[in-house]
Amino acid sequence: MQNAIEFKQVCKSYPDFFLDNLNLQLPQGQIMGLVGANGAGKSTALRLLMGLIQADSGVVEVLGHKLPNNQVLAKQNIGYASEDIRLYKSATLGWHMDFIKSIYSGWDDAYAKDLAKKFDIKIGNKMKGFSHGQRVKACLLLILARRPQLVILDEPTTGLDPVARHEVLAELAEILRDENRSVLFSSHNTQDVEQISDTISFLHKGKLLDSQDKETYLDRWRRILCTGNIDSITLAIEGITDIKKSGSFCEVTTNQFNDTLVAKLSQQGLSISSVERMSLEQIFLANVFSKAKTGVAS
Amino acid sequence: MADELFLSPNDSRPMYLQIMDQIKQKILSGDWPAGQALPSIRELSANTQVSVITVKRAYTELEEQGVIVTQAGRGSFVADTVNVQKNLAEAELEKHTTGLIDAGHRLGLTNNQILAVVKKALNTD
Repeated sequence: MQNAIEFKQVCKSYPDFFLDNLNLQLPQGQIMGLVGANGAGKSTALRLLMGLIQADSGVVEVLGHKLPNNQVLAKQNIGYASEDIRLYKSATLGWHMDFIKSIYSGWDDAYAKDLAKKFDIKIGNKMKGFSHGQRVKACLLLILARRPQLVILDEPTTGLDPVARHEVLAELAEILRDENRSVLFSSHNTQDVEQISDTISFLHKGKLLDSQDKETYLDRWRRILCTGNIDSITLAIEGITDIKKSGSFCEVTTNQFNDTLVAKLSQQGLSISSVERMSLEQIFLANVFSKAKTGVAS
Repeated sequence: MADELFLSPNDSRPMYLQIMDQIKQKILSGDWPAGQALPSIRELSANTQVSVITVKRAYTELEEQGVIVTQAGRGSFVADTVNVQKNLAEAELEKHTTGLIDAGHRLGLTNNQILAVVKKALNTD
C-alpha cells in the first residue's frame, strides 16, 4: 500500500519564510489534519502538492507521481479546494459542473445533484449570487462529484456557519467509507481536525513539530493542576512543556504524559488536584506559546 | 436507525470511550443481542463522522474486554456468551457502588452510616 502523499526533505524559501526540511507521509486510506498558525507553512505545503509552486530541494510525491514533473497524471486523481480558486461569476453552477464533467471521467452526475440538494445550493444560479458559504460548498461539490482518490482541502470549513460546517464534515466523512481514498485538509477549526482526522500534523514557522496518529497524540498531552512549591528540579523534569503559577497553585503542561510523571511531581511535594486531557485547541496554544520548542518531529 | 450513536465533542470523555460506552449500552439494553453484527469500522466512522482510528481503538478495547469478537474478514460481533450482559451489568453496579462509597466518605460518613443510607433508600422503594 503506497503513501498517498510523501514529502522527503522538502525545502522552500521565501523572503520572510522558510519551509524547513519537511518530512511527511500520508498513508492511503487516511485523513490527515494539518494544523498551524497563520504563516506556519500549511498553504505552502498544499501548493507544493498541487504543483502550483516548486520545491527548492527534496522530493514531493503524490499518488506515486513525482511533482512537479508528473503533475498532470497526479491531478487526474486529486481534488483540490482552497480560497485561491475562483469560479466564473456570470456562469451558473450547472455550467461549472458541465465544465468539470467534460474534463474528468470520474464525474458522478447523480451524486452531484444529490450534493447540490444536501448543500442547499441552486444549480441554475449564477456564481455571483452565491454567498461565501455557498461558494465554498459549490467548490466542494465540483471536487467530490468526481470521487477523486485524494482530496486536498485548504481550510474547508473556515467561515462557514455551523449548519454548513456540519454538512461539509458529513460529506468528508463519507469519503472514509472507501479505504482507497485519502484526505489532507488544513484547518483552524481544531474541533473538526480533532474529530475526523486519523493523523494530526502540526506546522509551526516552517517546521513540522509533530505528526502522529490522533489517539496517541491526544493521549500524550495533559494539564496537571497542583499545589505546592515548584522549583528548578520540577522545571527539569522531562516532558514538561510549561508551568504556570498563581501563588502556590500551579498548572503543569506536559506532552509526554505517563503515570511516572505524576509520581515525580508528587515526590517533589506537589499535591495533585486533577489531571485533565487537553483539547487540540489547548494543545495548539501550548505548542505556539511554549518556551522550550525544539522543532523536532516525533 | 438502531445503528446510530450519539457522540459529542464536548463530552468530558474522549470520543473512543463514548463509543465504547454507547455500544455497551446497546448491548445491555438488548438493542444488540449476542451474535449481532456490529457496523464495520469504516461504516461507523462515516456514520458518526469520527475518524477511523478512533473507532478502531474503541473496537479493539471492546474486544480486549470480551464484549465483542472480531473475525478476520467477517467483521465484529457482540460476544456470543450468555454472560456478556451480566458482566456489563455487574460492572455498572460496581461503578455505582464505588461512587456511592466515595461520596459517603467525602461527606465524612463512616461505613455504618453509608450502610444506613442504603438501607433507608431500599426501604423507601
